[in-house]
Amino acid sequence: MITPNEIKETLSKALPVSVIETQDLTGGGDHWQVIIVSPAFEGKGLVEQHRMVNEALKAEIGDQRIHALALRTFTPAQWEKLGS
Amino acid sequence: MADDIFTKIDEKVKNNKVMLYMKGTPDFPQCGFSAHTVEILRSYGIPFASEDVLADPAIRDGIKRYSNWPTIPQIYIGGKFVGGCDIVHELHERGELEPLLKTAFSE
Repeated sequence: MITPNEIKETLSKALPVSVIETQDLTGGGDHWQVIIVSPAFEGKGLVEQHRMVNEALKAEIGDQRIHALALRTFTPAQWEKLGS
Repeated sequence: MADDIFTKIDEKVKNNKVMLYMKGTPDFPQCGFSAHTVEILRSYGIPFASEDVLADPAIRDGIKRYSNWPTIPQIYIGGKFVGGCDIVHELHERGELEPLLKTAFSE
């Protein structure tokens, strides 16, 4: 189990993040969907972007505090376009 | 030993325009993520090859090391690793999957 704040804190330490939205998919605190918007994703493919996030949360995934992680990653420009 | 598996995977990935490593088969997927990925690929009406990782533990383990990606399904288009279910879904939504497929099939 992990809290949204712990996810946000870990990610913010690893990456420059402008938006993080977390959703507990089952209510059990270990299946998460996380939306991350970061300028560090600029010029990178989705595989690389997801690798960066998985790497940042490696410890939490490794000890099963996070059992399943569905990711959506965006650059700030993509995120802005999505909102408009 | 590991090299044998990589060679086997490499051949499939290179010889199929679209190669899907999944749990189960396209008609009988054994996991929701694999099922969803099949559904997306089928919506384009393109042929794709697949392999059931549940049928072969060596492939199941080998494919994760081959791509350095921890989960299954895994999709390869035009010989390149594209991602898992999340990424294929996202590319599909963004309209970026079709150009990838078109390029692969026009080569």
